[in-house]
Amino acid sequence: MEPSLTDQFLDRGVAKRIIPCLDVKNGRTVKGVNFVDLRDAGDPVELAWQYSRNGADELVFLDITATHERRKTMVELVKAVAREINIPFTIGGGINELADADILLNSGADKISINSAAVRNPGLINDLANAFGVQFVVVAVDTRLIDGRNYVHLNGGRLKTDLETEHWIREAESRGAGEILLTSMDHDGTKNGFDLQLLKKINDELHIPLIASGGAGSVEHFIDVFKEAGVDAALAASVFHYGEILIPELKKELNNHGIDVRL
Amino acid sequence: MANIGIVNYGAGNIFSLTAALKRLGLEFGMINNIPDFNLYSHIIIPGVGHAGVAMDKLVASGLADEIPKITKPVLGICVGMQLLTAFSEEGNKNLLNIAPLDTLNFKGRIQHKVPHMGWNRISPLDNNPLFKDIKKDAYFYFVHSYFIEYNPKFTAAFAVYGIRFSAALHRDNFFGVQFHPEKSGTTGEQLLMNFANLSVNQ
Repeated sequence: MEPSLTDQFLDRGVAKRIIPCLDVKNGRTVKGVNFVDLRDAGDPVELAWQYSRNGADELVFLDITATHERRKTMVELVKAVAREINIPFTIGGGINELADADILLNSGADKISINSAAVRNPGLINDLANAFGVQFVVVAVDTRLIDGRNYVHLNGGRLKTDLETEHWIREAESRGAGEILLTSMDHDGTKNGFDLQLLKKINDELHIPLIASGGAGSVEHFIDVFKEAGVDAALAASVFHYGEILIPELKKELNNHGIDVRL
Repeated sequence: MANIGIVNYGAGNIFSLTAALKRLGLEFGMINNIPDFNLYSHIIIPGVGHAGVAMDKLVASGLADEIPKITKPVLGICVGMQLLTAFSEEGNKNLLNIAPLDTLNFKGRIQHKVPHMGWNRISPLDNNPLFKDIKKDAYFYFVHSYFIEYNPKFTAAFAVYGIRFSAALHRDNFFGVQFHPEKSGTTGEQLLMNFANLSVNQ
């Protein structure tokens, strides 16, 4: 049955999402933060709370703790966030097996993000999707352009693999990824805009949501990534943390440009 | 003052739900057996995951037969709401049949990406007390692959995602929401407060 005209009008799919990303080490945010009304800029929970009140649709926490205490600090972080924050959040960093994911889910995480572990053991994607549902599994992919081709990179973009990015993303989807977080290492940190060409190409092929990451420097970049690449969500860190882009104003601008966002 | 009982039948994590109730200053506890129903003024049926499996767990808990007899306000969340319907295509399972509706698979019925995951607008019908002080096209956070069919007799709010479906149900003292109020920002918190404020003889 065809939807009625009213329903066709009401049906804009889900709203495009704006996602701040917080890097956390030993329970503290590591990238500098320049929010005026924060009492403790290093406290990820307080920062997350600010974002949730200011219109962020979702949060990503990347735990870069490198010690063997890591699992414990991640669980504590997730519990602290889930206690205080009323929007969905994803936790990533060092999730290597089902047991890691299980404890994070039961501590209140909505999704987990896996990167290197999925490349080393692609079956982990299937296992996680089967155990917890596809909506729980975000596969993060760091990509870099080499001689005209995009290759998956590990260790924060330092280690090249032989996997072609498009191929790997297709495989991740077929194995049960619920969402792809794609970071262009060539664009990351440049503030020159997202990698529209690659993102559009990937987005056109995918049947699951795509989160764009790497290169956000201005409001126009967000307008472009939604309008031109058609992605479902855009993630950024420093432009939000330093207050260079304020999320309420960003969303107002997106709305003015006919992009459906939650206001 | 509301004291909320959460039906504890092992279907998914309830950390975020109990955290939200704590933030709102609402009292709550777990319902593990039939006498526990008497301890609370309001009942929440949580649930994530597979509806057929959730129904099996609810039956195994010994609590399934008691739920249709409840006269206090009841709120089913996500799969907890789907359990209130007659039947789910997920596992082809007969459910509690408090609302004589079916829970259907999005796949094969819509062109959009499945699961329906993210913030979507809802349209509440009439003046449902669950949506008191919530604006008419408010956004809530959804994560689901199966939906409850739209029926103006039981649908308290609808959403459209390729097809019009029940975002919220209401029949007598039974309510259900497909979205996650505990993850839907301040709007979701308002809805939980509205539920807690429902009078017990409603």
